[in-house]
This record gives sequence, C-alpha cells and structure tokens, in this order.
Amino acid sequence: MTTNPFAQLLEDADPATAAGWTDHPPRVGFFTDTSVCIGCKACEVACKEWNHVPEDGLRFTGMSYDNTIGLGADTWRHVAFIEQEKRIGRQVTGAATSDGDRGDDDDGHAVRWLMSSDVCKHCTHAACLDVCPTGALFRTEFGTVVVQEDICNGCGYCIPACPYGVIDQRRGDGRAWKCTLCYDRLGVGAEPACAKACPTNSIQFGVLDELRERADRRLAQLHDAGIGDARLYGRDPEDGVGGDGAFFLLLDEPEVYGLPPDPVVTTRDLPQMWRRTASAAVLLAGLVGASFLRRTR
Amino acid sequence: MNRTEVTTDGLKGARPDREATTGVNTGPGTPDLPTTARRRRGGERPVVPDAEFRSYYGQAIINRPVWESRDIAGYLFLGGLAGASSLYAAVSQLTGRRRSARVAKVTASGAAALSLAALVHDLGRRGRFLNMLRTFKPTSPMSVGSWLLAAYGPATTLAAASEVTQLLPVVGGLATAGAAFLGPGVATYTAALVCNTAVPAWHDGYRQMPFVFAASAASSAAGVVLAASPVAEAGPARLLGAVSGAAELATGEWMRKEMGLAAEAFDEGKASRYHRLSRPLLAAGVLGAVAGRRSRLAAAAGGAALFAGSALTRLAIFHAGLVSAADPRYTVVPQRERLARVGGETTRAGERGPGPGER
Ligand code: SF4
Repeated sequence: MTTNPFAQLLEDADPATAAGWTDHPPRVGFFTDTSVCIGCKACEVACKEWNHVPEDGLRFTGMSYDNTIGLGADTWRHVAFIEQEKRIGRQVTGAATSDGDRGDDDDGHAVRWLMSSDVCKHCTHAACLDVCPTGALFRTEFGTVVVQEDICNGCGYCIPACPYGVIDQRRGDGRAWKCTLCYDRLGVGAEPACAKACPTNSIQFGVLDELRERADRRLAQLHDAGIGDARLYGRDPEDGVGGDGAFFLLLDEPEVYGLPPDPVVTTRDLPQMWRRTASAAVLLAGLVGASFLRRTR
Repeated sequence: MNRTEVTTDGLKGARPDREATTGVNTGPGTPDLPTTARRRRGGERPVVPDAEFRSYYGQAIINRPVWESRDIAGYLFLGGLAGASSLYAAVSQLTGRRRSARVAKVTASGAAALSLAALVHDLGRRGRFLNMLRTFKPTSPMSVGSWLLAAYGPATTLAAASEVTQLLPVVGGLATAGAAFLGPGVATYTAALVCNTAVPAWHDGYRQMPFVFAASAASSAAGVVLAASPVAEAGPARLLGAVSGAAELATGEWMRKEMGLAAEAFDEGKASRYHRLSRPLLAAGVLGAVAGRRSRLAAAAGGAALFAGSALTRLAIFHAGLVSAADPRYTVVPQRERLARVGGETTRAGERGPGPGER
C-alpha cells in the first residue's frame, strides 16, 4: 500500500500497481463495440448463468426490446435498445411506411436500431472502491474492481458514489453487487462469460492496452467508411475517472445510451471537501465559544 | 449459410466478423460526416438546456441511493445535534453554567446513541456493523466517521452518565473535554460524506455544505438548550441560536446559488416541502432566541423552531439528493456544459474530464 492515502487519486499509474500489487498480470478489460451488437442478449444470459445472478423480473417496459432497464445488483450486463429515424452511414434500409412509401429514391426511410451492452466500467479511479468503508470493494491483480461479499455490510455508500449507476443493493440480501469481470474465470485463464458468449464479437475481452489500440483502428475504419457517428467512450486515460477498464464504441452521444457524458470520480474533489469540513469544524467551535464571551448570563 | 471456403491461400469469402461496417457501400446516399464537422457548439452555451438534453427513455443515469430518509437524514441531523451539544456542554461547564451543561451533555449522549442506532439500522447486514472498523480509509468519509464515532460515542455516554450520577467527576470531566474536542468534527464530517458521491444536489454543494452543516448543528444544539434550560443560564444559547439560525439560512442560500442546476432539486417533491418549511421556522427561531431574554415562552418556542428548522434543513438536502439522482437531466446537463466549457467539441464525448483547475 502507498503511504499517501490520496496517491491513488492522483496517480495515472496502473491501478493494480497503485493498489499495492507487485508482479501482477497486465490490466485487462472489455472493449464493447456497439456497431456490431445485434441485441441478442446472450451476454445478459451468460452473465446470469455463470455468476448465479438471481432473476429480477422480465417486464414489458415499452423501451424497444429492453426488458432489464439498467445495470443493478441483479443485472451486470444490460443491453440497451434505441430506435432512431436516422441511417447508419449510407445504409439502404428498405423501410416503408404503412402506406408502402419507401422514400424518394427507394432506399427506404431512415431508421436505425442501436444496441449496446453496458457493464461495470472497472474505472481506473473507482469511486465505489474509494468510498467503501469496510474494504469489501478491492482492486484485483488484473486491475479490475470486485466486491468481497463476505465482507460487505450493506452500508450502501458505493451506490450513489458510482458515476455510472452500476453497483446496487440486492433486495432481500442487503449487500452490494456488481460485475466482477468474472474474477473466477480470469483466475484460470478463461475469458469472462459475456465475452465468451457474444456471437458477433461486440464484446471483446483482452489486455487493456491492446484493446485500446484495436479500438483506435476500428474507429478509424468506421470513420473512413463514412460512419461519422462512431466515437469511443471511456477509452481516454485522461478522462474524469482516469479511463475505463471497460470502454465502448458508440454511434451516438453517451446519454442516449444512458451513460453520463463526462463522469468524474467524486473522490477527486475529496481533499477539498476535507479541507472545507475542517474549516467548518473550526468555525463551529469558534461560534460556540464566542457565544459565551458576553458577560451577561 | 456461411460460404466460407478453406483454400491454399487461406479463407475465402469469410464474414467480416467484428470488422463489419454496417451501412457502408450499400447506397448512393450522402456519407455521414464525423460528428465534429456537423456540430457547431463553439462558445455558445445552451440557454435552455432542455432543448439539447437527451436521455435513455428518461431513465436515471446514477443509481438511487438506498439510504432510508429516517435513518440517514436522521443520522445527519443527530450527528450535528450531538457534536455541537458536546461543545456547548464543555464551555457551559467551564463558565459555571451547570444546568445548561447538563442539558447539553444529556442531549449529546442521546443524539449520539440514536445516530449510531440509525447508522446500524440502515445497514443491509446489521450484524456486520463492526466491519466498519476493519480498516481505516481517508478516501471514505464513512470510514473516517466510523472511527470518529467509535471514540466520540462512548465519550458522550461517560460524560452524561457522570453528570447525571455525579460519580467519577474526573473521568466525567475528561470525557466531556474529549467529546467537545471531537464534537465539531462529528457535526461536519457528514457533509463530506454525502458530498463525496455522484449525486448532483449533494456533490455540487461540496464547497458550502460543511458550513451549512456547522450552522445547522449549532442551531439545533442551541435550540435544545434554549427550550430546556433556565433563562438565567441560557444567554449564550440565545446568542448562538440567533447567529447560527441566521447563518444556516445564509449558508443554505449561498450553497444553492453556487451549485448550479442541482439547486432546482430543492424545489421538487418532498425536498421542496421540507425546504420551504425550514426557512420560516429558522427565521422564527432567530426571533424567538432574540426575544427569549424577556420571555421564557418565547425562548422555548424559539428553541423548538430552531430545532425543527435544523432537522428540516437536513431532510431537504437529503431529499434534494434523491430528486437529483432520479432525473438524468441533473447529471447530463451540467456535464454537457462542462464539456462545452472545457473543449467545446465532443467528438469523443466523455473523453475529457475537468482539468485540475476545474473547481
Ligand atoms: S463503474 Fe461504478 S461500480 Fe464500476 S468500478 Fe466504476 S465506480 Fe465502481
């Protein structure tokens, strides 16, 4: 462990090294390329099966094909579905209105269906881990963030701390749960269940540095192909959370997928919060003391 | 239907797999330009942010805090009440005001015990509350607070027990001093606790909230002393109540003025109800404290108003947080504005955090 407790907030070093691991494997993560996602939800199912994540209701939401709504204690992979009146690149959609109209040049009306499999970002600077008072949340040797369920006492602090709305409390259990990036599978050299199950390679697992290079190439490929909407999300180690261990290629603004456009790890501001708290405490003491200074009783 | 052939030159006709470029070369339509070229955002800030705002079916971005209002808003309030009371008790004792010292000591120990109970009650696994002391983490205000309370709680109990029973005066004196020393920290650290989250109406008030909490703690402690001790001894409580009640009102306004969009959460739902009630109560408390010199009744009423106003301040802040967590607008709009300020363009949206000077 480093001696300066805030060092981890400031350093851009490898998170496993910053957490005190020596001689650890390279940092791994996910590159989720949503441009090839077909919305099959194999990842959701594989995750539930492998990790024994309990059923939490499959509801009709009216949100396209989405019936899991968002990430939570019992949904560690969530496929978002967005229907838009827009083309991907120069796509011929062939889509017709109910009266058979296929648009001016018979290409069909503009329509696209965005799908994206969301997951815990395994932040470089993870707020959930920073605020956990018991040490149940910890940084693994792979640079991922995992909850130790035998230690978590369900204080719930990590839940509002996560800028992405990932971790949550399981009803009837009381503890906080989230994606472990299949810590058990990593331990034996297997890839996480969701990546294994993904039929289109939308979910790509690997060494983070390699994934970042691959993502840059993919982005250039899509831009060259005229798909200018493509952008990477969470890839930049300079962003507000020091870069995500699980990052994405999106075809629209992040908020359209339910992702924050510019997340910042809250503990970045904590040193200033502590200073202000100390000043306020001193002021409070001064205020109480001063009120006794007057002679009158 | 896969027609891939294995030939001596390798695979023929293989599917593009993850290199697939859906939508390319399939039609004569105009190519889609990179987002940078299309968007003009330079300099201009949306006056009506809603026009730009988009979300995933209106779903919240961050997860809703699972904390119960009674437990955690209560905990914020009781911690403040206890901390300021301990301080008040010690100074009272030093200046020979025995009866108000007693009132403050008993209040502090009761509030400290209740706040601890609230904290444990809110745990998902109550039996594991001792795990809070498994480690010490300055990055977690809850961890720091747990250690603080572990020392502070017993001190208040000892101080009050010795006061009531008149036994072990030396131990009681030491405990009183110890509790007074830790009290201000107990009263204010909870501001760091709630601010250190991604909840907009909490986090975005982090520069001012510790001062709001300090003032609010003093109001509630002064309120109890005002209501429960004789007029002759309550001089300092009257002064403190008047000053801290006014300070609580002023710092609250300051905080909301500085926190940007998140301030609107104070005008929605339960937050708005508590917020609107707290202000007249605090104002009445200030008046009561000033008038309390002549009238015991005014002092008691003023004290009660300060006490209630302070509790409502914490409830309003707590619920404003819930409101701002549930509505994606509070998360998205300020982040968009920050991106527009920092870089102007958002080709790789979410890729740019604030610089270190972004305070
Ligand atoms: S995305 Fe949320 S839960 Fe995942 S590591 Fe980051 S802060 Fe923790």
